[in-house]
Amino acid sequence: MSTYYFQTENMTVGYEKRPLIERITIGVEKGEIVTLIGPNGAGKSTVLKSIARQLALLGGTVWLDGRDVNAMSGTELSRNMAVVLTEKLRTELMTCEDVVATGRYPYTGRFGILSETDRMAVAEAMELVQVTYLRDQDFTRISDGQRQRVMLARCLCQEPEILILDEPTSYLDIKYKLEFLSILQEMRRKKKLTVIMSLHELELAVRVSDKILCIDGSRVDRFGAPEKVFTPGYLTRLFSITSGSYDEASESMELEPVKGEPKVFVIGGGGTGKQVYRRLQRQAVPFAAGILFPNDLDYPAAKALASRIIETGSFEPITEDKLQEARQVLDCCSQVICCKKEFGTLEQANRLLLEYAVRQRKEIVAEE
Amino acid sequence: MQRTKHIRYPVVFLSLAAGVILFLILNVCIGSVKIPAADILASIGGKEVEQSRILWDIRMPRAMAAMILGGALGLSGYLLQTFFHNPIASPFVLGISSGAKMTVSLVMVFLMGRRFPVTSAMMIFAAFVGAMISMGFVLLMSRRIEQMSLLVVSGIMIGYICSAITELVVTFASDAEIVNLHNWSRGSFSGITWENVAVMAWVVAVTFIAVFLMTKPLSAYQLGEGYAKNMGVNIRLLRVLLVVLSSILSGCIVAFAGPISFVGIAVPHLVKSALNTAKPILMIPACFLGGSIFCLFCDLLARTMFAPTELGISTVTAIFGAPVVLWVMVQRKKERTA
Repeated sequence: MSTYYFQTENMTVGYEKRPLIERITIGVEKGEIVTLIGPNGAGKSTVLKSIARQLALLGGTVWLDGRDVNAMSGTELSRNMAVVLTEKLRTELMTCEDVVATGRYPYTGRFGILSETDRMAVAEAMELVQVTYLRDQDFTRISDGQRQRVMLARCLCQEPEILILDEPTSYLDIKYKLEFLSILQEMRRKKKLTVIMSLHELELAVRVSDKILCIDGSRVDRFGAPEKVFTPGYLTRLFSITSGSYDEASESMELEPVKGEPKVFVIGGGGTGKQVYRRLQRQAVPFAAGILFPNDLDYPAAKALASRIIETGSFEPITEDKLQEARQVLDCCSQVICCKKEFGTLEQANRLLLEYAVRQRKEIVAEE
Repeated sequence: MQRTKHIRYPVVFLSLAAGVILFLILNVCIGSVKIPAADILASIGGKEVEQSRILWDIRMPRAMAAMILGGALGLSGYLLQTFFHNPIASPFVLGISSGAKMTVSLVMVFLMGRRFPVTSAMMIFAAFVGAMISMGFVLLMSRRIEQMSLLVVSGIMIGYICSAITELVVTFASDAEIVNLHNWSRGSFSGITWENVAVMAWVVAVTFIAVFLMTKPLSAYQLGEGYAKNMGVNIRLLRVLLVVLSSILSGCIVAFAGPISFVGIAVPHLVKSALNTAKPILMIPACFLGGSIFCLFCDLLARTMFAPTELGISTVTAIFGAPVVLWVMVQRKKERTA
């Protein structure tokens, strides 16, 4: 017996008797949103398909509300669990309303004729996901993003207890991504809907998920709350990032830095420097960045892209030593880009640095 | 949209039903001997008319057979198209008809040659076994290859193999048997008796009801297997049922009328575009009626176009069916590029 609402117990998944991930044991409370992350081909879909009984388990048990999912009848399962798969729905001459209505399948009679209740549920679900305007359109003739939303409406009108979604946001634009996740949160609040899904967008996963399940191709690497999972340097390891970098604290990613002695010195801070760093990276110009506080908005990008960075303690005045170090680096650069117009009390050293650059007759570019 | 649907469905069904009745009457009236419709009514009413032998012994059973088997053809085509998610699947294309033809010809040559009485039940059974053999083969291939076009190619190849075996049997058969076989293998509704009609009516009626009871899982299956599974459909059972039912239908057709081409492909597409939906609950009865009309019409032409010489039914169905298949392919292409 399980103590969690949803639980896998030593679940082994894979294709054709070849185990891919063995002995997965996770527990999920009712109303939680769990996100699977991991590199391409790590087995996220395989895990989701196995949970949803699309793939036969190679071992172990999946429990839903204290019951073995594999022992449920088809109708019972479909009343409890709805899925959105990456597999495209095949339709022929079906309107979006018809597609959503297929979600009512477990509730209709032998010939699948919709009752008034069914029609209401369909209309309600379409309204919630804002696809009512697509009602009479052919499902094959709408965009991928619209299709994904219609599929969510289909899921919702199935009135499940738990949703299994495989990359549900992949075709959505930013507006609908946020909306999609808001709907999930709303459903969770209203109906205690439990969601297990895979996402590629880490920045979304960290915001919406109560728990994150990290899969790396042969095992479950980590499982827990986002703040426990996303420790510094973890994602670089999980995804084996070799070109470029990802910073967990700021959730920012940058491309590969340009190596070599700095040719340009960028005086930045407060978010003014980021775009300049990136432009220099695109132009393949190695640069130095300074003088920055580690809690500055520009800091993560500078850390990832600059070939040299002059930093000092957060919320501390800049010491003479640091200024001296910055002057030395600046001496080797032929150009100085200043992104700042005014300097705050604690960053007066940057103003001194700029004045020094003028005295040294460096080429000064003021960034607007 | 809702409103047009509400009008469209009854209109299509009424016209299909009217078409079946019209062609039944035409098939009975028209021929080398013309029988006025009034005489037919009189004869059904119990009056003795001049041509009552032609009417009762030849034309009526033949028309009934064309109606029942035509409906079965349309239905089996629809089932196979649904099963394989393939728009040009049909018992003929997938080699199922040829498989049935092979076993039936084996039975004909070996049993009839030994003066062994061959009943229609035996013929159906032989054809069913042949259909299942071909179907099994196609299924094996479909496990290995995903691509639709290759599946059709494998079906055609199986068809060739079965035809070759049939030819082989024919080569070593005696002359009388060959004549029998040859007529039958061209596909024809001629020589059908009331007993035959009764047998086929039972078989087809039972199968039709079974298919109709499967409308709900079929509609789920149409969406793709993953989603059907989530909807609680027992995919394995559904697949087995589909295979068995479509094989029974194909077997029944081949046993009585020989392999008939193109009806199975053409009818579901024509009916689908008339209804503007692919919902099984509407498609199943509509395909049956559509198939009936198509076969009644083609049989009428086969009998009368070059009378007294009779054409093979496939000769006529191909002429009218093949353009439909082409049209379907063009239409699909258009949809994809649109």
